[in-house]
Amino acid sequence: MFHARLGAKRLRPTYLSGQMALSDLLTLTPAGLYCAAADVHIDPVRPVPRALITHGHSDHARAGHGAVLATRETLAIMALRYGEAFCETQQVVAYGERIGLNGIEASFHPAGHVLGSAQIRLRGPSGCVVISGDYKRAHDPTCASFELLRCDAFVSEATFGLPVFRHPDAAGEVAKLLRSCTLFPERAHLVGAYALGKAQRVMKLLRQAGWDRPIWIHGAMEKITAFYQSEEVDLGDIRKVSAADRAKLAGEIILCPPGQLSDLWSRKFPDPVTAFASGWMRVRARARQRGVELPLVISDHVDWDDLCATIVETGASEVWVTHGAEEAIVHWCQTRGLDARPLHILGYGDDEVEAAGEGAA
Amino acid sequence: MNRFAELLDRLAYEPSRNNKLRLLTDYFASVPDPERGYALAAMTGALSFAHAKPSIIRTLMAERSDPVLFAMSYDYVGDLSETVALLWPAPQRDLRNAPPPTLADIVHGLQAAQKQDLPLLLASWLDELDETGRWALLKLITGALRIGVSARLAKTAVALLGGKEPNEIEEVWHGLEPPYLDLFAWVEGRAHKPSFMDPAPFRTPMLAHALDEDDFNKLDPNVFSAEWKWDGIRVQAVVGTDDEGRRVARLYSRTGEDLSAAFPDLLAMLCEAHFGDLAIDGELLILRDGQVESFATLQQRLNRKSVSQKLIAQYPAHIRAYDLLSENGEDLREQPLNERRARLASLVERLAHPRLDLSPEIAFSSWEELGCARRDPAQAGAVQDAQAIEGVMLKHRDSPYVPGRPKGLWFKWKRDPFNIDAVLMYAQRGHGKRSSFYSDYTFGVWKGTELVPVGKAYFGFTDEELKEIDRYVRSHTRNRFGPVRELDFSQQEGLVLEIAFEGLSRSPRHKSGLAMRFPRISRIRRDKPALEADRIEALEALLETGLRTAAKAPPSG
Ligand SMILES: [Zn+2]
Ligand SMILES: [Zn+2]
Repeated sequence: MFHARLGAKRLRPTYLSGQMALSDLLTLTPAGLYCAAADVHIDPVRPVPRALITHGHSDHARAGHGAVLATRETLAIMALRYGEAFCETQQVVAYGERIGLNGIEASFHPAGHVLGSAQIRLRGPSGCVVISGDYKRAHDPTCASFELLRCDAFVSEATFGLPVFRHPDAAGEVAKLLRSCTLFPERAHLVGAYALGKAQRVMKLLRQAGWDRPIWIHGAMEKITAFYQSEEVDLGDIRKVSAADRAKLAGEIILCPPGQLSDLWSRKFPDPVTAFASGWMRVRARARQRGVELPLVISDHVDWDDLCATIVETGASEVWVTHGAEEAIVHWCQTRGLDARPLHILGYGDDEVEAAGEGAA
Repeated sequence: MNRFAELLDRLAYEPSRNNKLRLLTDYFASVPDPERGYALAAMTGALSFAHAKPSIIRTLMAERSDPVLFAMSYDYVGDLSETVALLWPAPQRDLRNAPPPTLADIVHGLQAAQKQDLPLLLASWLDELDETGRWALLKLITGALRIGVSARLAKTAVALLGGKEPNEIEEVWHGLEPPYLDLFAWVEGRAHKPSFMDPAPFRTPMLAHALDEDDFNKLDPNVFSAEWKWDGIRVQAVVGTDDEGRRVARLYSRTGEDLSAAFPDLLAMLCEAHFGDLAIDGELLILRDGQVESFATLQQRLNRKSVSQKLIAQYPAHIRAYDLLSENGEDLREQPLNERRARLASLVERLAHPRLDLSPEIAFSSWEELGCARRDPAQAGAVQDAQAIEGVMLKHRDSPYVPGRPKGLWFKWKRDPFNIDAVLMYAQRGHGKRSSFYSDYTFGVWKGTELVPVGKAYFGFTDEELKEIDRYVRSHTRNRFGPVRELDFSQQEGLVLEIAFEGLSRSPRHKSGLAMRFPRISRIRRDKPALEADRIEALEALLETGLRTAAKAPPSG
């Protein structure tokens, strides 16, 4: 358990090799980021005794840990994914609450990525480090907005860490989808979207744009969407598509996991327009590779401009990049006199490959 | 410009012709003059301005980005225009002082600009456009606007706007200029049809019906003439004289696209004074030493905006005439074919030009006799040109020249396709509606104990066959390379497909040294073990003789 008062229990680190000290607070081990003083891993990719989890995407939140500390929403999402027994003990932390771990103060702050997503701040005698998890600065009505934290060292994701990735206003992309529905009322509009977060954001954006027809979803999105609704995210009339419905959905919008777009499942819809909501859709070759007809550039990650701005605003003098296009942002930091290095953590972003878009990341 | 760019972007992803038309018509209906007219000009290739060199764009970008980040980005995106469009550091929207430029602004700007002003002008536009707008602008000014829309399709969309026939647009097209205000006014019912005298107009061609074998019972061989169906492209060669006495010549494709720029050699011929004013319907071929070259050779001269002297010498173009539509201002289209043919024959003889000849008639007295000629053109007088023959054309001797595809007058009787049995080697996902299927196939035949790929096909199968091959592909994959699957094939294993194709020619660009014309899957040969698929020698023999050898003679017909 975490709940521990300062200094209640001192554990020796459990690993011996493959480590790389980043600072007094943080080390990189084969299981992922590790804070020795507090004896906790952050978003570990292997089972560990004590884990702090930033958010519910499966590459960050894995089953099989001993004790897990995370936001209430993240714990609930993990339980939906892996069953209630996904770890031995769970502890809820509220945004902003400070928890003492063997002399290190840990706190969770909104990351603006998906419901319950958090950045984790660790403060010790030698300074302060913030681990971003996945995050975005753009407005998202389905989750709490990113909170800027000043720190000495910033561990940032860089999924879209190339200057060609600048996400446009998401409302404009949804307007494109709606224009297509008006122009092709006899065709079903299939929208590939990652099941946790992206799908619900697209639903909410559709509602805000005035789409008041039922929104149809693939069965794989049902549980997580119901969870969002139970958390007071109003998504309107959401219906699961049954096999019998498919042929009748001309003119309707159907959300499905990206992998389903090119699957047998998609064939039964009337002359489907295949759309895909992802930051990767910014690059034509990526969209074409997937046979997408209507690319929608909607991302739950920071784009290049926001990534650079955030690094500057944190005031951090050291930047470590966990996943994505690490080289470009490391180069950018170095040209600005910031000490930056790539961490090459294996295991993050696996779902992106599977979904060939931004997935779990 | 942003709206036009959005249209181009959407068209590039849309595979279906009908849906492309819908997108185009929607655009023309919702965008005002003159913007839509310039868009039509861009899509029909009617805009002319000096194209900017990619080096200007690189220089502009280099002034605005870190070279390392640019290199990483270009490497990832793979296309210069797109990389720059995405990378361009546009000022914040509220700091921009002007609304984004329209396509009309850009066209006028480019036409008026001095060369040295171009970089500054371009930079100001790039600042004001969004990502898609920048992409389209860069494609436009580098002359690389490829959007999967033919000029014909764009004109068809304009016609649909006011319920007109596409041919009505073609009739007036060559007298019109961007931004086509008079065209849109007419199509939308606000004005009369634009009228003008084009000295060298396109005339909608007369087309033939495909012949059914049972048609022969109804057709009298005595009232039909027959000609070879050449494997070139059908063209209309037109020469006229304008108000100021200048000679105007044009070479049109069957759909009215102007091919003149790619064939200055033929244009020069047409403009020779003794040709007079005329409109000839004929076949465009490459002839070397009097022999007709393959379609693959002809392709070296097609789709070019200009052509070098070297290319002209290497691939000499030729017109083989089969009809005369007009001569010295006299419209001959109402005359019976016999009359037109007689006038054409004497014209060709009088002109006596090495790049123009008459398409010969095939003598026959019965359908059986013509059938023999069709099966073996070499024996029936075509001699060394047999390779370039796709079948025969039948034309009623009394037929007037009727635009479109009138019934009962002209027929094409294609040569039976060649068939081979080949083994499926690679499969790739299709596009659009077919993107959930493996529908693009590479197949091969045996060369010794190895399979060599000889062609690619992505149609010919029924929906059921597509599903069957798709299932086969998914369960017999040996390797994956991106979207391509390599299948299990060996002497023991493999799916045999019967491939039909129209012809064969040598091609150094293909691994097998052969190029197939119009290959398609005619059926799945589940019954055939891979080892019994055809061998490369069978194709070599076909190439030598023009005839299918050995076991599989073409079905008689
Ligand atoms: Zn994530
Ligand atoms: Zn991630």
